Amino acid sequence: MNYSFAEIKKNLKKDFTGLKEIRIAVLSDSSSQLLCQSIKGYAFTQQLNVNIWEAEYNSIRHTIIDEDSGLYEFKPEFVIIFQSSKKLLNGFYSQPFPERATFADEHLQMINNLVDTINNRIACNIIYINFPEINDSVFGNYNNKTNLSFTYQLRKINFELMNLAQRKANFHICDLCALQSVHGSLNMFKPQLYINTDNVLDIDALPYLAKCITDMLLAFSGKFKKCLVLDLDNTLWGGIIGDDGIENIEIGELGIGKAFTEFQKWIKQLKERGIILAVSSKNDEKIAKEPFEKHPDMVLKLEDFAVFAANWENKADNIRYIQSVLNIGYDSMVFFDDNPFERELVKKFIPEITVPDLPEDPADYLPFLYSQNIFETISFTNEDVARTKLYREEADRTILKRSFVNEAEFLKSLEMTALVKQVDKFSLPRAAQLSQRSNQFNLRTVRYTEEQMRAISAANDKFALTISLKDKFGDYGMVGLTILEKMNNSDLFINTWIMSCRVLKRGVEDFMMEQLVNIARENGYTSLIGEYIPTPKNNMVKDHYKNLGFAAQESLFKLSIYDYVPKVTHIKKDSD
Amino acid sequence: MTTSEQILAEVNEIFKDVLENEDLVILRPSTAEDIDEWDSLTHIQLVVGIEKHFKIRFTSSEINKFKNVGEMCDAILNKLEK
Repeated sequence: MNYSFAEIKKNLKKDFTGLKEIRIAVLSDSSSQLLCQSIKGYAFTQQLNVNIWEAEYNSIRHTIIDEDSGLYEFKPEFVIIFQSSKKLLNGFYSQPFPERATFADEHLQMINNLVDTINNRIACNIIYINFPEINDSVFGNYNNKTNLSFTYQLRKINFELMNLAQRKANFHICDLCALQSVHGSLNMFKPQLYINTDNVLDIDALPYLAKCITDMLLAFSGKFKKCLVLDLDNTLWGGIIGDDGIENIEIGELGIGKAFTEFQKWIKQLKERGIILAVSSKNDEKIAKEPFEKHPDMVLKLEDFAVFAANWENKADNIRYIQSVLNIGYDSMVFFDDNPFERELVKKFIPEITVPDLPEDPADYLPFLYSQNIFETISFTNEDVARTKLYREEADRTILKRSFVNEAEFLKSLEMTALVKQVDKFSLPRAAQLSQRSNQFNLRTVRYTEEQMRAISAANDKFALTISLKDKFGDYGMVGLTILEKMNNSDLFINTWIMSCRVLKRGVEDFMMEQLVNIARENGYTSLIGEYIPTPKNNMVKDHYKNLGFAAQESLFKLSIYDYVPKVTHIKKDSD
Repeated sequence: MTTSEQILAEVNEIFKDVLENEDLVILRPSTAEDIDEWDSLTHIQLVVGIEKHFKIRFTSSEINKFKNVGEMCDAILNKLEK
């Protein structure tokens, strides 16, 4: 990204209608107006309309502690807290030497209290911006050998902030310290600006912080990358496999192979954390697969990929094919290709896919891609680790299906079993994640954080159920989530009905329906009420309730449990 | 055109761009009171814009002391002549 503040600011005058609105509060102990302008202006480029409430200058504690402060009235979805390293340093200096040993602990305690105060009053996500380092050289390198140095206490604060983020589900860190590691304080801090206007960041550093924050807001709103499609020649190895042959492609020690080896190692990390990998290469399939099968220096293996499309078709068509097999949105896909022509072609025909403009020199691939921060996420569970395996198992099912003429026979042959459970502390993270990520088979698109899911599972008048599915090929994991809440003594409202697109047309819809009717019946309700809230992505479920036999009632759908006729599914209910 | 008129013309362009006003005309005596949109926030952008355009750096004192456009232009000329 090469935006200057001036360019970003021009976006403030553009048309924000139709953009998704996000309400955020910004609390800063230094001058924050330019930062707020940067956030709003940058977020516009990501189709977000960020509605910002800015706290009074340097009143973070007061704003949070005073229950009448505008903060709570504004009902922000995100509270962004920005305490500057400069003010931290001044606070540190004002402590007598012996007390400096507990400086970090006290600061963390203060933040912990502020977070608890906010959480007692409103439900929101808190984004705390961590501290870029200031080396005041008071002890020289000996800063590192005493706990009384600012270096020691600042690093301890940053470290303990990470621990706090692990303990408190709605507390998140925006890593300004890491940003400064890349750009340097010489680029990010301008003394003249600080002395005259109390801005702790240089004006052209602001877009970078704005991007850092916006990347998090986008991830929270369900926009994140799920799949990485890779070219092969000159992207995963140096040279062209078809021309150079397996002995001459640059990987490992050969030529600039190190650049590609390290690139592959990073891509492998992405796969291990749940990003699905796919290949789109203009090559003979057999020749393209050879390095993965035989070259000892290849880090990525064939089983790391969910789809391998090597042929002479045009890449946009290949990517469309990959998308149809994986059944995810184009906007959750990323494409890496060294060739600018291929990149432009794909961008032109599939504008929703993210295509970074890789630098010419492969040695620059990693530093560039690190800085693009393409794979922001707000959760990480065991299912992420298994994701490629799940997608490969699905490919196996697709092949089996082609051998059956009769759909029912095919479904029976899968030997499916499903486990139905109330959301518990083990399934909570995955249930929340499902609500955050599902866009298509999602009736009302309500997103829940782990905190919110926990509250629902504990409530007396609500039921939160998860459905996990297995078949003879493997385990689909959690494929359905439903939340029911009491509307009145006879009506049970379906607040959430989500299903993974991986299990469409297996009978899971009917299976889930049966569970809902059972819950209604067991708890004395006579009707189920459903609602469909349209979004650009969930058109597939617009007739969902109609198809299940519900009657339309104004903007809702109603089904009396006495009118429910169970359908045959080939799914056996598992007992725990 | 003398150098200082040239500087005023270029500073005028910077003002027009930062304050987003194509019709803006600034004069040496112009101050923030005279010009809409010239406030403490846009002042920061103006200073940064001038530094980038003329490839100069102002000291914190200089930034602090500008009272009107004329003083800014004099400071610019001063830096360019060094």
